[in-house]
Amino acid sequence: MKWYQTLTAAVLAFGMQAQAAPVQLNGAGATFIYPVFSQWTATYHKATGHQLNYQAIGSGGGIRQISQGTVDFAATDAPLTEAELQKDNLVQFPMIMGGIIPVINVPGIEANELRLDGTTLADIFAGKITSWDDARIKTLNPKLKLPKLAITVVHRADGSGSTWILTNYLSKVSESWKKEIGNDKSVKWPKGVGAKGNDAVANYVMRIKGGIGYVELAYVLQNNMTSVQLKNQAGNYVSPTLANLKAAAANADWLNTPGFAVILTDQPGADSWPITGATFMLLHAPVSSEANKVLREFFVWSWTKGSAKAEELAYVPLPASLVEVITTSWANKDAK
Amino acid sequence: MQRNAVMSDTKAAGKPRRLGDILFHQLTRACAVFVLLLVLAIGWELWWMAAPAIEQFGLDFIFSTDWNPVTEVFGAGAPLFGTVVSSFFALLVAVPVSLGIAIFLTQMAPGFLRRPIGMAVELLAAIPSIIYGLWGLFVLSPWLADNLQPWLTEHLGDWPVIGVLFQGPPMGIGIFCAALVLSIMVIPFMASVLAELFDSVPVPIKEASFGLGSTRWEMVTKVVLPHVRVGVIGAFMLGLGRALGETMAVTFVIGNAHRVSPHLFEPGSSIASTLANEFTEATGDIYLSSLMYLGLVLFLLTFVVLVLARLLLWRLSSHDGART
Repeated sequence: MKWYQTLTAAVLAFGMQAQAAPVQLNGAGATFIYPVFSQWTATYHKATGHQLNYQAIGSGGGIRQISQGTVDFAATDAPLTEAELQKDNLVQFPMIMGGIIPVINVPGIEANELRLDGTTLADIFAGKITSWDDARIKTLNPKLKLPKLAITVVHRADGSGSTWILTNYLSKVSESWKKEIGNDKSVKWPKGVGAKGNDAVANYVMRIKGGIGYVELAYVLQNNMTSVQLKNQAGNYVSPTLANLKAAAANADWLNTPGFAVILTDQPGADSWPITGATFMLLHAPVSSEANKVLREFFVWSWTKGSAKAEELAYVPLPASLVEVITTSWANKDAK
Repeated sequence: MQRNAVMSDTKAAGKPRRLGDILFHQLTRACAVFVLLLVLAIGWELWWMAAPAIEQFGLDFIFSTDWNPVTEVFGAGAPLFGTVVSSFFALLVAVPVSLGIAIFLTQMAPGFLRRPIGMAVELLAAIPSIIYGLWGLFVLSPWLADNLQPWLTEHLGDWPVIGVLFQGPPMGIGIFCAALVLSIMVIPFMASVLAELFDSVPVPIKEASFGLGSTRWEMVTKVVLPHVRVGVIGAFMLGLGRALGETMAVTFVIGNAHRVSPHLFEPGSSIASTLANEFTEATGDIYLSSLMYLGLVLFLLTFVVLVLARLLLWRLSSHDGART
């Protein structure tokens, strides 16, 4: 019960803060959250007068700027480790989630018909499986008529959080991927073509017969792309839906991970979509500073009032349980 | 009387004008020196930022084709290859076409055609490069994939030596497409400079050539071209310089894969496209510094091209000197 009281106190404190003079705060970082973030800040500016500027210059740039102290907040696709947070005196928490969806262009195959498991997906992206009628794909899909068609891998050419999340998943499920290619925002792709940004990947996949790529959920929905079913940790084949993406976050162990640096790929749970990730927000420590108070107020607002907007844009809002965990951790730090 | 007045007038105006002259001289010199300083500063900054990568990889960086952000091993080989190859093939297409445009415009076109064609060429030069990129991605590359590339592979694919160029998956996107888009981008620049040059050839010389019984072909190849050949080389270098550094259009269509392949249809990468793609998310120090090193390589490459052009011009002009 005690945390609940502190939370109420904190919310009350935020309420009082809202009366204060409008401030202007600057942030920079990941491009992934920019579409929803710009909507949030515009609405928030109208409601409260506080102005939050966000420059989508990429995670790397955001981290560099906040560690140099030139911005008040930064967003990154890959979480910083506890040591990195300590070094630059930063606080970290998840902001919003999203899923990475493998999309294909194989004549005769409809959306969510093709079933793949982690190791097969890894070997396709590694260029080890080169044709759609490969025996390994056939055994997973005995009912589908797979054409004899060369596989063309389409990957991101720019460093990106999407690549980070995908390769993180592939490294978890495939030993050979982990050894030969690894996990990063851009990797050494053995085969395929590179495209800059989600939209270009979507465009290439839709154009190249036999293509396979990976994009965020919004691009699958907007372009009516052919997604696939993936086998998750529980052994079920799941489709990429908002509910399945949310399920991945709900089962994660946020409380016991320092810096909330939970990586959401390959999470347990019957319905969990296996390639899910979060974008993380970075603030200057201590979390109770004056500038951070305005920001915290905004974040809580965006998680509660802003979640509908996020879903509209095919983002996955943080589950309510996670918002509680985060606000409690702040309240605990305030009390200290 | 009147003449005297004029003279004294110029004398009176002479002094302040001399001050003005000095100021003007200093001002223009400052501008020129500023450019020189700017180039030196860019070179120094690139060197300074690239220092960690230079220390780690040394000169092997330039030809190593490894580009692996995970293990943080980098090499400029693949992007350098893509830059040089795409620019080379772009010029291979653009040089004859722009020469043709310029010769037609200045020597053969009837008056009513000259202006519209000349303006169309200049209009092409004014189109921003991103438009060329989008056109290449949405219009040119699907057409290449469905029509030209399968045809080329079928008819030229098994020729000795050059056949190997026309193999690879017909995806549209790749070094071939990048070279084509680049050639279309540099043609207007080269054509308009060449047309100016050909216009500068004195009419009496051309008429004399006709008077000696030359055909139009002989007049162009034996009189007009030799007369301006130094400028012609300059025009080609201008085109090459633009092709080497072109970023957005190439990024859209080159396929962005760090690989070296003899097949033109395969995807590749160029230095400029690699920088455009990877700069924003380069978190590691060595990664960032390797990208700077890559920039330095491009800087040096353009410098080397410039020096080669100078040497060529110098040889040509000394040859002229010996002949006369």
